[in-house]
Amino acid sequence: MEQLILFAVLVLLGYFFGRNAERKHLQSIREREEAFRHLPAIMLKRPLDEHMIAEYRLVNGSAVIAIDYFKRLVASLVNLFGGSMISYESLVDRARREAILRMKEDAGDASEIINIRIETSAISKSAQQSVGAVEVLAYGTAIYRKQV
Amino acid sequence: MLITNIEYLPGKEIKEHYGVVSGSSVRAKHVGRDIAASFKNIFGGELKGYTELLSESRDEAMGRMVAQAESLGANAILNVRFSTSSVAAGAAELYVYGTAVKAE
Repeated sequence: MEQLILFAVLVLLGYFFGRNAERKHLQSIREREEAFRHLPAIMLKRPLDEHMIAEYRLVNGSAVIAIDYFKRLVASLVNLFGGSMISYESLVDRARREAILRMKEDAGDASEIINIRIETSAISKSAQQSVGAVEVLAYGTAIYRKQV
Repeated sequence: MLITNIEYLPGKEIKEHYGVVSGSSVRAKHVGRDIAASFKNIFGGELKGYTELLSESRDEAMGRMVAQAESLGANAILNVRFSTSSVAAGAAELYVYGTAVKAE
């Protein structure tokens, strides 16, 4: 009985706090994405214009985002029946967008970031007990142009 | 040291190749951070401690790669790639590699 109560409390905590955290995070991601519209991160291997380049350097950004208790429960239920794991999809999506934003913050006043790569890896605490977090690293070459 | 992940240096000429240089770093966080992380696993959200840990050890790996390139006499590293793998419980290995060159 006590275990059942603890479980229910954890699920409720996960649901309310997790939903709140996700909503706030998505809100802040959207705002910052809007603010960084002027800095394109592209997958091309060459700069758009090879003249007027003052400087270039490697920039990177990373984020580790954890899943909440409620989402993990939903995911384990989905695992029984099969289907798309929406709860994990939004987790990875948030981590990727956050990593790209941090990379752009690292680039400062660059005019573009070329050849971007995004790498995802799962973080686990031990073999039996997984923490359920995902790490995303985004990196690329920031191009700085000469001021005319 | 010029570091990029593109395959050439715009506006510069590559005089000499020194082959692959790499750096790696395996790090773990202390138990307190792990406990904090398992609490975060109930509420969800960013694991700042782990983000910090991984970027610190990535910087360390980069530093090792740069030191290796410097000892070869290179002044730039091209086509840099990162890779992350968890080797042991509570630890992650960060590996970074690229091609050392001399450019003018």
